[in-house]
Amino acid sequence: MQSRGHGEEVKLDQPLVVVKDLTIAFPVQDRLVSVVDSLSFSLYRKSVLGIVGETGSGKTMTVWAMLGLVPPPGQVIKGEIWFDGENLLCSPEATRRVRGTKIAMVFQDPYSSLNPFYTIGDQIAHVLNAHDQRRKDHIVEESITLLHQVGIPDPPHRIKDYPLQLSGGMRQRVMIALALANKPTLLIADEPTSSLDVTIQAQILELFSGIRREHGTTIIFISHDLGVIAEIADEVLVIYAGQAMESGSIDDIFVNPLHPYTRGLLSTIPRLGDNPERLPIVKGSLPSLADMGQGCRFFSRCAESKPICEVSKPGLTAASFTHQVYCHIYQVQACSLR
Amino acid sequence: MSESNQLSDLALLRVENLVKHYPVAVRSFSRSTGRVYAVDGVTFSIQRGEAFGLVGESGCGKSTLCRAVAGLESEVQGVVYLEGRNLLNLRGKERKAIAREVQMIFQDPKASLHPLMRIEEALMEPFAIHNLGQPAERSKMVEELLERVGLRPEHKHRLPRGLSGGQRQLVCIARAIALKPKLILCDEPVSSLDVSMQSQVLNLLQDLQEDLGLSYLFVSHNLGIVDYLCKTISVMYLGKIVEIAPNRDLVKRPLHPYTQALLSSIPSISKGRKSQTRPPQGEIPSADKPPSGCRFHPRCLYAMERCQREPPSLLTIETHRQVACHLYP
Repeated sequence: MQSRGHGEEVKLDQPLVVVKDLTIAFPVQDRLVSVVDSLSFSLYRKSVLGIVGETGSGKTMTVWAMLGLVPPPGQVIKGEIWFDGENLLCSPEATRRVRGTKIAMVFQDPYSSLNPFYTIGDQIAHVLNAHDQRRKDHIVEESITLLHQVGIPDPPHRIKDYPLQLSGGMRQRVMIALALANKPTLLIADEPTSSLDVTIQAQILELFSGIRREHGTTIIFISHDLGVIAEIADEVLVIYAGQAMESGSIDDIFVNPLHPYTRGLLSTIPRLGDNPERLPIVKGSLPSLADMGQGCRFFSRCAESKPICEVSKPGLTAASFTHQVYCHIYQVQACSLR
Repeated sequence: MSESNQLSDLALLRVENLVKHYPVAVRSFSRSTGRVYAVDGVTFSIQRGEAFGLVGESGCGKSTLCRAVAGLESEVQGVVYLEGRNLLNLRGKERKAIAREVQMIFQDPKASLHPLMRIEEALMEPFAIHNLGQPAERSKMVEELLERVGLRPEHKHRLPRGLSGGQRQLVCIARAIALKPKLILCDEPVSSLDVSMQSQVLNLLQDLQEDLGLSYLFVSHNLGIVDYLCKTISVMYLGKIVEIAPNRDLVKRPLHPYTQALLSSIPSISKGRKSQTRPPQGEIPSADKPPSGCRFHPRCLYAMERCQREPPSLLTIETHRQVACHLYP
């Protein structure tokens, strides 16, 4: 998934992140059920990967695995997560070393992610201190610079504020400042705008674009909102019930979607000023974890399903250099060509 | 028959100058109280069979407005006429009778169903309260309701936790239509649902509107959804309605600067193209210290000196279009 359109990136050789066959499982009634099932993707430096999926699709679990944060009894049972040439799954020590410094995360809920008993300044200082003891003298100045970077007005006064004195949008800006404190190579944002109003959401999205432009930070942006993804991402990975459905550049996914799930998802969203008389629907609802079969997990809701979909999991079909789809419809075509 | 003809000239719901202020403590432990101007002088009408949309960001007072119309708020000033009767003055039996005609669907279906009450009991409650049907028939009535909203009759034996979020919202819709109301107040009914479930619920609301002749006051922060379901859209900012217009006009040619800002903030998937417009600057001020004059003026690109002094009133400037802004005469 090399991003196009950014001239200087063409020479870059290795992707920054390569996730291969990642499988995360939880015990359900004496057996292991995979919430993330053989997920693979890669990400080049300075690009923005959008991960889209509905509730329970495994988006958050995937990025938690990258930071070694899968909550027990869940566990990674298979796969590799390569970050900057190191397999993080092999080395808990490497995971600890990159977490918070090279890989930083912005969580969904800015209300519960800040400690209500400490001022904003204290919390930023804590992050700066935790990773580099030498910076003590400059900590206040650095905190002010950081808050200024994320667009908080009047930072010298704001660092004395407690989280409850700030609005949701401002708290999310503080969260982003905390994530940027150690100049990460990779910034993971898990639904960072879902609890915000649209006008504030637009401001935060612009802030992310600015960070990427100015610092060249690579970003993984998780959202259930296709509109937000279209706004910010270069590459998109669509997942459903823990399985990858389709991945590709923003044009591949939004202009030429191939997978029945992606097509369904795009058609069910009401569009401003361009609405059909009646919205198409994707039948049914997400199957429960215990009911997952061997095949494609979208099978029971798919309008174009075939008998093979129930028993066998579709492999990858490359539709173009950038566009991959996991669906039997396209695999049959490839076979018949042979 | 002649009576209903007479009534048909009137709007189904007419809200005039509705005001709801909440007292708040200025400082912790302090006796002196300030006021939050949650809804501050709102006027609109909803016609029979019309879906009337209300959009706005959090804290603009849209939920309070909904609750005030439903009679769930006390100390509300102004009038709410339903077919000519002022709901806010009714008490006792009359109030109970009117409850059959105005029902509400809330945002969080999990919080609006009792966790220990089976779906059947939850859906029988409206019939029991209003003494409709024999107890023996009620079970049958519940099954009909479930089928009407696209659930299976077996679902009545389940507890809310045995249903998905979308199915729970369908149960809440079934409960709202149980008494055959004329008006349903929908407070963000799909915002807690996934997109695939969202479209199912929206289509159901559309069917019910046609089949039962329902009117909706549909509150949402999502302009795309409101545009899909409602022919008329009103936009609220800090306790006041700033614009009311037919959906097509509002989306194609927004007049109020706030409506314009709201539209330009919405991420567009329309061709996978990134939108180029800049989002509005600044944040929504707190409703306990609203700005003087026009409440949008600190964030407005076109603010004039007059906007700081004089609050604009909602004026009809074209047929079916009302806007509260000094830019428009």
